[in-house]
Amino acid sequence: MTPLFQVKDLSKFYGNRIGCKDVSFDLYPGEVMGIVGESGSGKSTLLNCLAGHLPPDRGEVLFDTRTDGMRDTIQMSEPERRMLGRTDWAFVHQHARDGLRMGVSAGGNVGERLMAVGARHYGDIREQAIDWLGRVEINADRVDDRPSAFSGGMQQRLQIARNLVTGPRLVFMDEPTGGLDVSVQARLLDLLRGLVREMGLSAIIVTHDLAVVRLLADRLMVMKDGHAVETGLTDQVLDDPQHGYTQLLVSSVLQV
Amino acid sequence: MTQDYNFAYLDEQTKRMIRRAILKGLAVPGYQVPFASREMPMPYGWGTGGVQVSASILTPEDTMKVIDQGADDTTNAVSIRKFFEKTAGVATSEETSKADVIQTRHRIPEQDLREDQILVYQVPIPEPLRFLEPRETETRKMHALEEYGLMHVKLYEDISKNGAISTSYAYPVKVEGRYVMDPSPIPKFDNPKLEMAAVQLFGAGREQRIYALPPYTRVVSLDFEDYPFEPSKADHACDLCGSDTSYLDEVIMDDAGGRMFVCSDTDFCRSRRAAGHVGAQGVPFEEDAA
Repeated sequence: MTPLFQVKDLSKFYGNRIGCKDVSFDLYPGEVMGIVGESGSGKSTLLNCLAGHLPPDRGEVLFDTRTDGMRDTIQMSEPERRMLGRTDWAFVHQHARDGLRMGVSAGGNVGERLMAVGARHYGDIREQAIDWLGRVEINADRVDDRPSAFSGGMQQRLQIARNLVTGPRLVFMDEPTGGLDVSVQARLLDLLRGLVREMGLSAIIVTHDLAVVRLLADRLMVMKDGHAVETGLTDQVLDDPQHGYTQLLVSSVLQV
Repeated sequence: MTQDYNFAYLDEQTKRMIRRAILKGLAVPGYQVPFASREMPMPYGWGTGGVQVSASILTPEDTMKVIDQGADDTTNAVSIRKFFEKTAGVATSEETSKADVIQTRHRIPEQDLREDQILVYQVPIPEPLRFLEPRETETRKMHALEEYGLMHVKLYEDISKNGAISTSYAYPVKVEGRYVMDPSPIPKFDNPKLEMAAVQLFGAGREQRIYALPPYTRVVSLDFEDYPFEPSKADHACDLCGSDTSYLDEVIMDDAGGRMFVCSDTDFCRSRRAAGHVGAQGVPFEEDAA
């Protein structure tokens, strides 16, 4: 099986400081990878480099495109990369406000990606939008409400619907459950897990919450000071941490 | 007459700069060309962009016509016409067919224009994506990469809120299958007329942008397959000249619900009445009756 997404020796520096250094990994179709680490460990920098939001200083980010096979997305022209960003890729921001148009109705938010790739039939767009709202457990009668009238959890679910409507193959998630209370988190995780399995999505999830990766991720990468210090199957890393920092991380989780 | 100003107010270097922007705009129809807009002796919003464009294309032999919402006799039209009478000494006319250069605010004349005429628009906000995407860096990128999905989001919102595309003026168009353009706040009734024989120039003074449509350029109003574009007007005939094809203004007559509909193009209405047409509330036309 060929990987869907390959990262080779990716490095990003902020002047003399390290953003992330020599990160390499392969991601296979249908696989969910978690990236954990404390604040400042470089996980958001890494994710932004992967998704093409930040230009890395070194390394390759290869993606198995539908038409041309493996392509280095860093060498791609900007139109191609942006096209990828609204078709095969999706990016779920930590704050739903960053990923949504707050002045546009829920239906318009979900429909935007469809219209961006050329859908021009109002009835079809609306039908798909309502279908997707249903899948993320938002009532169809809220389709014309603006996201500002939604609760935090609903906004996050709407952001997910908006991203998944074009059937992407790879989803980047930056702390998708950050800032939500635990019961809402649990529901969102449940929903995400269902969607990822059902659509056969590959995903890269950045989080500092170990419970999130335990539930969602097949594989885990632990970051510290810009380096990937440990990788492995999620349960293996969490139940039998080898690196000192991972041991600290796992033992720091509060037990209720 | 001794000239207190350089011909048409602007100095020759400025006119040269503006003409270069106009030529670039004509070469890339619908593309917004930045230009170094000058301070004009009138406030922004009064047509400083249109005035600068007109000033740089006027020649002493030209006849100029200025209209504001279709009318030749409103403040904006009168003051700009006087401005060019004073600074350029050009002849002015209210008759569409006699004018070489027509500066307009928010209307296209009813009468078809000819190839030897130029229509200059005053544009308040040239960027059609502005209210959807406030960042100029981003909108420029969207134009460059032809990412116009967002424009349809606005139309989608219209339909979802009002059951129809309720955008009735400044209705976005796609030029030659490439650039999405704001046709300035003309009613969407005028959109089909954007494909015309005359050269059309758009000037936005405060926003410092010039764009253009060469003659016979293909201009398509954006829409949805199941909600096609419809040019709309008041469902009425002109009460003065009886025309049922021209764009109408609604005039409130009293506080008891009395109203009349009249052509917004005053020259069109006057010439129809001179030809003997009389509307429901009109009286037979007499020369210089006003």
